[in-house]
Amino acid sequence: MSYFIDRRPNARHKSAVNRQRFLQRYRSHIKRAVEESVNRRSITDMERGEKVSIPAKDISEPSFQHGPGGRRTVVSPGNREFAEGDRLRRPGGGGGQGSGDGQAGNQGEGMDEFAFSLSREEFLDFVFDGLELPHLERKQLQVLEETRPVRAGISKEGVPARINIVRSMREAQARRIGMRAPLKRALREAQEALEAEERKDPVLRNPARIDELKSEIVRLEKRIGSIPFLDTYDLRYNHLTHQPMPSNQAVMFCIMDVSGSMTQAHKDIGKRFFLLLYLFLERNYEKVELVFVRHHTVAKEVDEEEFFYSRETGGTIVSSALTLVDSIIEARYSPEQWNLYVAQASDGDNWDDDSSTCLELLDESLMRKLQYFTYVEITPHAHQALWEAYETVRAAYPERFAMQQIVQAEDIYPVFRELFRQRAKG
Amino acid sequence: MTRRKPIATGSDWNFEALEVYERAIGELAREYRLDTYPNQIEIITSEQMMDAYASVGMPIGYHHWSFGKQFLSVEQAYRRGQMGLAYELVINSDPCIAYLMEENSLMMQVLVIAHACYGHNSFFKGNYLFRTWTDASAIVDYLVFARKYVAKCEERHGVEAVEQLLDACHALQNYGVDRYKRPSPISAEEEVRRQDEREAYLQTQVNRLWSTIPAPASGLVQQPSNDLENDPLGLHRHDRYPSEPQENLLYFLEKNAPLLEPWQREIVRIVRKLAQYFYPQRQTQVMNEGWATFWHYTLMNRLYDDGLIDEGIMLEFLQSHTSVVSQPGFDSPYFNGINPYALGFAMFSDIQRICQAPTDEDREWFPDIAGSDWLETLHFAMHNFKDESFIQQFLSPKVIRDLKLFSLIDDDRDDSLQIEAIHDDRGYRRIREALSVQYALSAREPNIQVWEADIRGDRSLTLHHVQDRRRPLAQSLFPVMRHLHQLWGFPVKLESMEGGEVVRRYQWPIPEPTHESA
Repeated sequence: MSYFIDRRPNARHKSAVNRQRFLQRYRSHIKRAVEESVNRRSITDMERGEKVSIPAKDISEPSFQHGPGGRRTVVSPGNREFAEGDRLRRPGGGGGQGSGDGQAGNQGEGMDEFAFSLSREEFLDFVFDGLELPHLERKQLQVLEETRPVRAGISKEGVPARINIVRSMREAQARRIGMRAPLKRALREAQEALEAEERKDPVLRNPARIDELKSEIVRLEKRIGSIPFLDTYDLRYNHLTHQPMPSNQAVMFCIMDVSGSMTQAHKDIGKRFFLLLYLFLERNYEKVELVFVRHHTVAKEVDEEEFFYSRETGGTIVSSALTLVDSIIEARYSPEQWNLYVAQASDGDNWDDDSSTCLELLDESLMRKLQYFTYVEITPHAHQALWEAYETVRAAYPERFAMQQIVQAEDIYPVFRELFRQRAKG
Repeated sequence: MTRRKPIATGSDWNFEALEVYERAIGELAREYRLDTYPNQIEIITSEQMMDAYASVGMPIGYHHWSFGKQFLSVEQAYRRGQMGLAYELVINSDPCIAYLMEENSLMMQVLVIAHACYGHNSFFKGNYLFRTWTDASAIVDYLVFARKYVAKCEERHGVEAVEQLLDACHALQNYGVDRYKRPSPISAEEEVRRQDEREAYLQTQVNRLWSTIPAPASGLVQQPSNDLENDPLGLHRHDRYPSEPQENLLYFLEKNAPLLEPWQREIVRIVRKLAQYFYPQRQTQVMNEGWATFWHYTLMNRLYDDGLIDEGIMLEFLQSHTSVVSQPGFDSPYFNGINPYALGFAMFSDIQRICQAPTDEDREWFPDIAGSDWLETLHFAMHNFKDESFIQQFLSPKVIRDLKLFSLIDDDRDDSLQIEAIHDDRGYRRIREALSVQYALSAREPNIQVWEADIRGDRSLTLHHVQDRRRPLAQSLFPVMRHLHQLWGFPVKLESMEGGEVVRRYQWPIPEPTHESA
């Protein structure tokens, strides 16, 4: 007696809970491994999952076992040249290892590390664990520009396209029953009276009364027949209201200095920083748009390829980029509808008298629209006028303006964490 | 024999073909008197197979991180292509659940049906260890009960508390079995019905044992005290508790650990019951795989002889079978211990040969079975042995020669290793003896028993490790002691004994040095 069952449609991921339990339990180990790998690898690789190793000894499940030592006899297959009584040198020089634990020994190799794969989501969870977006306020709309139609019950008025047929028919039926009831009752009474009259002895009948009843019956039947099947006030419509929708979209402006002083290495560091920020935003918003603005003495909106890889020469005027961002916001990304983030990377060079222009621009216009402004300065050297100007901005908007210095690629991740670490509420 | 038309050809399978094959194999199996539970054959995806692997062959299990770890390592190995998943996975239950992976070729599916649904299945139903230790009809219900109970405890007491308890129990699960007593079968209905009752009862038992004013135990034999100076009233003049050493550590803890809550005792019990369920499998690896392999080989050949499978499938089968029963030598890079499929298959095939075509050597070594009815003898061997005794009884010189077995002595007092025996007349018996011991659970796992619970003193628990051939315990004993301490709640001591002498003492928590000198 046998039967087959096709289990393939059944739920997969039966082990999902156990898997999560494992990840939870070794959270700190995994986090360390993830951080190392983030620093080591190019950030572009973070788009996929990650192989993670943690020390096997930390996750072993202990049990009572025989340790090395003592006297043991081992039977193995595949003898070729041994004869009884032969003596062999102990492999690995003593230690009682022997081929004694052939099994354990062989498996033991390469098992110092327990390696497994994290999915992309799990990996990013660990990367961004404990980070928060500053001022992640869902944009509340003063102007109901972006709304979403929402079903809001039934109404008596509406357009034919939204007729709710079931509800309309129900109303009609109720109305028909209600309107017929008194007429039907009167009809029945009239019929009964007519029958009673007709059953009477012919002598006693009242012909006038019979005629009267008969015409009454005809009149009632006509009235019943004229009750409409569907009337205009039976009609019901699905009612839609327009609900303002909190904006769940963000735009991220990447501003990078491409003047002669920025080397490719600087740009790579900048790129990694931008990528981290992008991944982070992507996890928090349904939709993230990217705008690339590069500048030397003049700013220009470019595509990603050009942004990262084209070379320019010349001086640096940072305010040109800020002005361009401002005008792009003005034209395309209304702050009411978009969460706006700006990430700027530069080596800190700027025309001296431009820095005060930047300060003015930020303070008076940009910072009011932005959720957050991050500035990373990629330089091993001392700060210049731009940094000082930005420090003033930071003092004015401590919650929404962040800046850090990056010297080499390894600094990016710690700096990123520093910029976005969860702040105590209050 | 009239050759029939092949049921199906090619490598794609479908349900109709599998059902026909299953019936055909079933008929042949009856011819060979393979008595099985009904088969429940489940087609699953590779991912579901990984799930099944991860839960160590339980169709449904409670949640624990260690199963997640298992899953991750299976997944990793599978992704890297190190591991072909799923030759088969079969569960000792009634009906017997066998998993077939959808990616398998037609040949593979037929092979797995023969191997798992008739080989392993008949072994589960017939072998004495399984008959004694497991109740196939109740296991699935019990697993459901266990899962629900653990989930309920997690809800009430928090995931972490349950996890720590399970960690501790898992560390001791190999010591959750009565090796010599027949256990009562587990039944889920009964478990649920009696569980509340038991909680209350258990607690009163423990309370009695640990009551602060111990009544003079009437059952205990008074021992003449040799310490009249310090104990004139004879307060400590009682026998050891427990009076006999206890081999079932988890059982002892469940009944006697002073501080465990009733729900904790129940979880200890669940782990213990599941350890018991897997206990026969740990002792019949060679036999179980050998039996199933022998039968898939025999049944597949019969299918081919009867014309139900064509040459293409047969060739594919032979290739697969050959790799399953291959045994790399000890010096091969692929060597990973003795392959239980290879050894078991060789032994069962050899028993058949001894019955059918005995040589003089066989007549001398196996006078009882040489020339007897092979099917009868094979069934007898399957029913009444475990690996240890099976090898002791049936490992023939021919198999030893074929596998070129040799035995090696590794003694840490000796600078060199010594070849004790090889496949020659002088060596056969010694190799057989040594291999039998190698498969004896009692030699593979350290012998550790509860020696004393000091119920009148500091409540410490003392275990005895009977050391064998000077083989010490591995370092892993410290974390195990820590787990044991968590369960017992008071200091735990372990003494390694050899020849009646204590050779090593361990203790957890490690006593403060100042404490000891004081």
